[in-house]
Amino acid sequence: MSLLMEPLVQRMLLAGLLVGVASPVVGTYLVQRRMALLGDGIGHVALAGVAAGWLAGSAAGMAQRDALAVPGAIIFAVAGAVAIERMRSKGAAADVVMAILFYGGIASGVLLIGLAGGSNANLLGYLFGSISTVTWVDVWLTGGLAVAILIVGLGLRPALFAVTHDQEFARSTGLPVAVLNMVVAILAAVTITVAMRVVGVLLVSALMILPVAIAEQFTHRFSRTMHVAMGIGAILTLTGVAITLEHDLQPGALIVVLGVAAYVLTNIGAGVVRRVRGTP
Amino acid sequence: MSSPAKPPNVPSPVLVARDVRVSLQGSEILHGVGIEASPGEVVALMGGNGSGKSTFVRALVGAVPTTAGTVEIFGEPASPQARTRVGYVPQRMTASGGLAATALEVVTSGLLGHRTLRPGRGASTRALKALATLGVENLAHRDVSHLSGGQQQRVLISRALVRSPQLLILDEPMAGVDLESQVAFAHALGHLKESGVAIVIVLHELGALARHIDQAVVIEHGCITYVGKPPKDLGVHALPGHDHEHAHEEPDQRSTSRLGLEGPQ
Repeated sequence: MSLLMEPLVQRMLLAGLLVGVASPVVGTYLVQRRMALLGDGIGHVALAGVAAGWLAGSAAGMAQRDALAVPGAIIFAVAGAVAIERMRSKGAAADVVMAILFYGGIASGVLLIGLAGGSNANLLGYLFGSISTVTWVDVWLTGGLAVAILIVGLGLRPALFAVTHDQEFARSTGLPVAVLNMVVAILAAVTITVAMRVVGVLLVSALMILPVAIAEQFTHRFSRTMHVAMGIGAILTLTGVAITLEHDLQPGALIVVLGVAAYVLTNIGAGVVRRVRGTP
Repeated sequence: MSSPAKPPNVPSPVLVARDVRVSLQGSEILHGVGIEASPGEVVALMGGNGSGKSTFVRALVGAVPTTAGTVEIFGEPASPQARTRVGYVPQRMTASGGLAATALEVVTSGLLGHRTLRPGRGASTRALKALATLGVENLAHRDVSHLSGGQQQRVLISRALVRSPQLLILDEPMAGVDLESQVAFAHALGHLKESGVAIVIVLHELGALARHIDQAVVIEHGCITYVGKPPKDLGVHALPGHDHEHAHEEPDQRSTSRLGLEGPQ
């Protein structure tokens, strides 16, 4: 219990909780739209944004050279998400667009960090997460963005469900389909930037998708899938962070491995239940 | 919208499409087709496979862009606002998502529209009522992807009806559907027609709906080849390769001239 009184521990748990609850909200829409890998594509672009922020920080002679890293990531991730959505809506193949983002994001990130006088080691914290370095400012920023994600993601759920479930019908009803598609993409970009500090850009998509993949084993109602996934996301991040307080393990990687293990176990369990009940 | 020459007591059409052209991937699919539907009128769109009839209804509901022509709904150019009074039933669950959803959730999504991003109070009651119209309220909490073709179709029709549309556009609602669903749908269609809903329905065969159809429009190779009374000899018109070059009976000259079309010779 005394550990809970430590400000660092409080910050880690709070950041983990916020990210764990918010990420699956967007993940539900991405899985529904069969674009589970979108988060990976935007994550790589966010890395280039981190490096660009670093470069801007050092060019401006800031004492803390990575002060602009997170704002840079947000700007790049949102711009990347908007670009993906525009290309997709014009009929470009989604997988090719995604592949280009992967290469472009990583390569320009490495180049920019070099120009900023940093090394690839500086990018490691963003690649794999560095929850143990979060400050109270980071926690407040994470909290603000998480609340924004929840307000938009939950508040617009009926419309976002309609668009991600059946776009053609949604268009026939007069719903602003293009705008709502863009909302999903921008929500994904903001979520990735928020989750980046906890699990890193390489694993960020896992935190959006895994809780949803686990939750859908238990329910066939879309809204309940989202709620259960939010709970699972919170449990995964809090469990992961709690374990790393006692054991010297990388929190981001541990959270994702826990998620994969939970998915495999629930999948096997659900299969057994279905066989016993004789349902498809 | 009513023209000065129109006799009294003839209601203004709720749907007027003229010279609609659609190109997909560089080639023109529809070469200037039109249609009119008035309140309480059921118009059947017929034609062989690949004739363009599904593309036409998708253009009518704004799902595919037109390259030329006009689509007017309730006397105004089709706008997102006007589409609020339109119910559309696609051929199948066109883009069913990666996650499960219940029939109730799917039908509730039919309550949304231009500037209606949330379904509002009483949405579940309305959705259940729409499902009951088609006799499938017992499926409300079932995953739609696990329903039979006929049951799915009834859910999709309920999703269109929950909007209380004044114009209903259906794309082959009877294809691959069991007899029970066909009867349930024919029953619902009769009620809608009586209550003054204008209905455009893509059909392969008239089948159970024959007695409700007021006008048939036949599309072949992206052009309209027949406008008039529905053909009497039902089954043969569904056959692929049936060219509709012969006259079933004298075409409705008023309709053809109104649409700027020549009837079959």
